[in-house]
Amino acid sequence: MAFFHKIRTALPVLLALLFSASVGAEELQYNMREGVTEISQGVYDLHMLVTWICVGIGVVVFGAMFYAMFAHRRSKNPEPAKFSHNTLVEVVWTAIPFLILVVLAVPAVRLLVAMEDTSESEVTVQITGYQWKWHYKYLDQDIEFFSNLATPRSEIEHYEGEGKPSDPNYLLDVDNRVVLPVGKKIRFLITADDVLHAWWIPDFAVKKDAIPGFINEAWTKVDEPGIYRGQCAELCGKDHGFMPIVVEVVSEEDFDAWIQSKYDEQAEAERLAAEAASKSWSKEDLMSQGEQAYNTYCAACHKVDGTGTPPVFPGMIDSPITTGPVEAHISIVVNGKAGTAMQAFGAQLTDAELAAIITYERNAWGIDTGDLVQPADIAAFKAGN
Amino acid sequence: MSAVIEEHHDHHDHKPTGLTRWLFTTNHKDIGTLYLWFSFAMFVIGGLFAMVIRLELFQPGLQFVEPEFFNQMTTLHGLVMVFGAVMPATVGLANWMIPIMIGAPDMALPRMNNWSFWILPFAFTLLLSSLFMEGGAPNFGWTFYAPLSTTFGPPSTDFFIFGVHLMGISSIMGSINVIVTVFNMRAPGMTLMKMPMFVWTWLITAFLLIMVMPVLAGAVTMMLTDRHFGTSFFDAAGGGDPVMFQHIFWFFGHPEVYIMILPAFGIASQIIPTFSRKPLFGYASMVYATAAIALLSFVVWAHHMFTVGMPLAGELFFMFATLLIAVPTGVKVFNWVATMWKGSITFETPMLYALAFVILFTIGGFSGVMLAMTPVDFQYHDTYFVVAHFHYVLFPGAIFGTMAAVYYWLPKWTGNLYNERWAKIQFWLQIFFVNLTFFPMHFSGLAGMPRRIPDYNLAFADFNMISSIGAFGLALTQIIFIAVVIGCIRGKRKATAQVWEGAQGLEWTLPSPAPYHSFTTPPKVD
Repeated sequence: MAFFHKIRTALPVLLALLFSASVGAEELQYNMREGVTEISQGVYDLHMLVTWICVGIGVVVFGAMFYAMFAHRRSKNPEPAKFSHNTLVEVVWTAIPFLILVVLAVPAVRLLVAMEDTSESEVTVQITGYQWKWHYKYLDQDIEFFSNLATPRSEIEHYEGEGKPSDPNYLLDVDNRVVLPVGKKIRFLITADDVLHAWWIPDFAVKKDAIPGFINEAWTKVDEPGIYRGQCAELCGKDHGFMPIVVEVVSEEDFDAWIQSKYDEQAEAERLAAEAASKSWSKEDLMSQGEQAYNTYCAACHKVDGTGTPPVFPGMIDSPITTGPVEAHISIVVNGKAGTAMQAFGAQLTDAELAAIITYERNAWGIDTGDLVQPADIAAFKAGN
Repeated sequence: MSAVIEEHHDHHDHKPTGLTRWLFTTNHKDIGTLYLWFSFAMFVIGGLFAMVIRLELFQPGLQFVEPEFFNQMTTLHGLVMVFGAVMPATVGLANWMIPIMIGAPDMALPRMNNWSFWILPFAFTLLLSSLFMEGGAPNFGWTFYAPLSTTFGPPSTDFFIFGVHLMGISSIMGSINVIVTVFNMRAPGMTLMKMPMFVWTWLITAFLLIMVMPVLAGAVTMMLTDRHFGTSFFDAAGGGDPVMFQHIFWFFGHPEVYIMILPAFGIASQIIPTFSRKPLFGYASMVYATAAIALLSFVVWAHHMFTVGMPLAGELFFMFATLLIAVPTGVKVFNWVATMWKGSITFETPMLYALAFVILFTIGGFSGVMLAMTPVDFQYHDTYFVVAHFHYVLFPGAIFGTMAAVYYWLPKWTGNLYNERWAKIQFWLQIFFVNLTFFPMHFSGLAGMPRRIPDYNLAFADFNMISSIGAFGLALTQIIFIAVVIGCIRGKRKATAQVWEGAQGLEWTLPSPAPYHSFTTPPKVD
């Protein structure tokens, strides 16, 4: 094993030399993460065990092969042997791989049983995948929020050839982090609203598919406070690569404080929403609020210039929705369209935001219907919905 | 090809000329040739899609294509390579070689043979035309998981569905032909256990195809009715289950993996004895191992879906069954090594490809064992580690197997020797670039890069740049490959009937090129 250990220490150095041109100060990640939980450590150990067993088998088999290529080449061995079978050898090399597999299977079973045991959890978080964001709901604390990609589009898109991304957390940053207490067993209930997604944090060795209409369970217990990043791991459409996951693990006091701050935030948001909903907005306010909200929630599909990607993501200009009756427009934004990526935004956004977006969509890009939609209109629609 | 054929009027071969010859042909050699050219054309198209993918992934940030189009490229790359390049290539080899390896005058059902080829250009026209449709081509990955492919799929999905139906019909007819030919048309004295290994592996492949292609057809039909006729097979809101789609798909999809690789096993088992000048070690155990792999391939499908939330018992069963496949696969690899042992080995291009196949396929097999371990698979699943794994079994596996076969039998097909020097240059360049492309994917996957993403965090930048450079080089080596093949077709240096000193089997008793009609009276095998 000392030999393997040498390789293990030499390999990163070699690789680092190889790639030092562009890596800079960052350490190059080329192997699985050991992670920060007992389970992830177990997974890592098993991964290394099976890797070294494969390397060992490879050395023996390829070694024999290269030896034959060298020693039994025609110039050295002009007269080939005639044998074509040997029962004993064949039985032996059927039995040995079988035994190796048994050796691998035992720790795998033990680890798998531990991974699937979600009992006795202390905190439960329901995770819902949407195209293309995550929604988190703390069932015991009654807190919920959406978590969107925080990397701006301008940082991502370089079609004109200018600049390149430089943020170390590029594509792995969100607006609202999941916050979890350290040292407690957390149960995740994972589902989806539209298509399949998968929730994955490499440092926890947790990856579970989010399936619309079904709820999957997973769990973790993190012993080290810190910020852990992951991504959606099941193709879910256009922006599959742009729905990261960020988990912040904090001490129990900080977790309680965070819960309290979320309560305050929610109360404040409700107060602001009520205030916004009761007031009548000017067209300028609606348009400027609408532009901002549209670019955040709608532009990923319908594009900043409203052209969309028809027919999957329809354009706004000349659309019967934006130029037709206001009622139908409110309905599709609030209720979504079943079987498409158009989500029901009624529960995701405030009435003021919805009103601003709809007003913006009916007056931007030269559409100019002149219609103003007020938060009260949205509330009235929802009441009759 | 016509230039080659015209030179051999001395065989009294009656055949139509021009386009009708190819359209109406019922000759197994013509149909084999058509399949092989079609396969190469698809290999080029699928390769161009891969170039778009690797270009976008060359560095972080979106530089060339939009995510929507990127997804169309990954989807079409997979579909075209699996159904257009790899499968037709092995069917082409089967058509050309099975009759002349078993001493039959032609395939048993020649008209059906014509039809099973000519369906394919229509199937792929349907599929590829979707690129020019409003809403673009299918964008849900070659595995087309519901509901992304059903209610959320673009309008062109229906073209994809009918394209897959046609490919399935073509494959089923091709396999019926192989089975009937092998069972009924072997030369007197050629018992099943005397058949060349390539024929054996293809016979087993044909059974796999007949078993699973209808399952794929069922899956796409359910998709079609979910999309248009109000059913809810894959929609929980109507009482269905999106996970059921995955079970059905992978019940097809896992045997499909062996459909692509078993013929390559057969090819390696022909070539390694020839250039080791020694009979294949453990012929009987090779046959049993191939059959065991095929049987096991029906009970391992859910290892593709460990993360869907199966019960513990299910996860354990599929882990054990999958690990078990390593045993017969190991037997095959050991047999190849033992065939070389104490042989008298030379290293012509087919042998180089066969050896590269054994080594690199085995590396793909190692990562397969790693992926079979359920708890660790949770980390590997849907990352570039998986991409590395299946490209190792497909490119240096199935495709190197096919290239080995092409170099091995090209003199028999054309009557000319190919340029050994350029063939070897092509081999070494290709071996370098194939590893440069796919080996770093193991690292980017382990480091945490999910597959099917058009853009990535800076931590994955180095490995992606290396993979992209490798992929561009790999594409360029194909130009040398086709130049060597065309050079051989037009070649001046005649091949003997035997071609390779150590080659055994009926195909080498025929003159080179093999006459248009061969074994019209069956040979005797003792």
